[in-house]
Amino acid sequence: MKKVLVLGGSALALAACVTINIYFPAAAAEKAADRIIDEIMQQRTDKPAVKAVTPQGETK
Amino acid sequence: MKRLMAMVCVLFSVLAQAQGNLEINTPTVSALKNSMQARFGQLEVYFASGAIGLSRDGMVQVRDASLVPLAQRGAINSLVGAENADRGNLYREIAKANNHPEWESEIARTFAGRWADKARPGWWVQDGRGAWVKK
Repeated sequence: MKKVLVLGGSALALAACVTINIYFPAAAAEKAADRIIDEIMQQRTDKPAVKAVTPQGETK
Repeated sequence: MKRLMAMVCVLFSVLAQAQGNLEINTPTVSALKNSMQARFGQLEVYFASGAIGLSRDGMVQVRDASLVPLAQRGAINSLVGAENADRGNLYREIAKANNHPEWESEIARTFAGRWADKARPGWWVQDGRGAWVKK
């Protein structure tokens, strides 16, 4: 009886392992991509906020 | 018996949580991110003019070289090449950091979708069928 339970439990755990590992975590990947892209695209922080108001020739 | 069940429960919860977040905190990812951030200011100008666009595989493509000022036309290919090298390495590194090198192309596609979403108005983005669409 114990052997059956141990075998059954291991088979279930193994199946879960395989199931989870072949599933591409799309939501987690999007979250990770967003974090990285936001950092790449962020403007330089040395620009003072007032520059947005005063007319400058500089493009953002 | 109870201990075995407890261990199985812990195993399940660990496996379930493994999907929660992707590992992106490696030195290589940071270096690539910094490299891309440093280059982004130059790329912005070309994205805005429509000279370059975002491809559906997560890369940058020269859409119309005639929109690049003549004096800069020689440099645009190496700029785009350098950006794409960084992007390819980024997607590959994220896949490897998560012990799934086979995830590279899905990660690239995921990034393509997020790049397109964050593209500014006026930028050109390639749709699922390969057609260029202006945002």
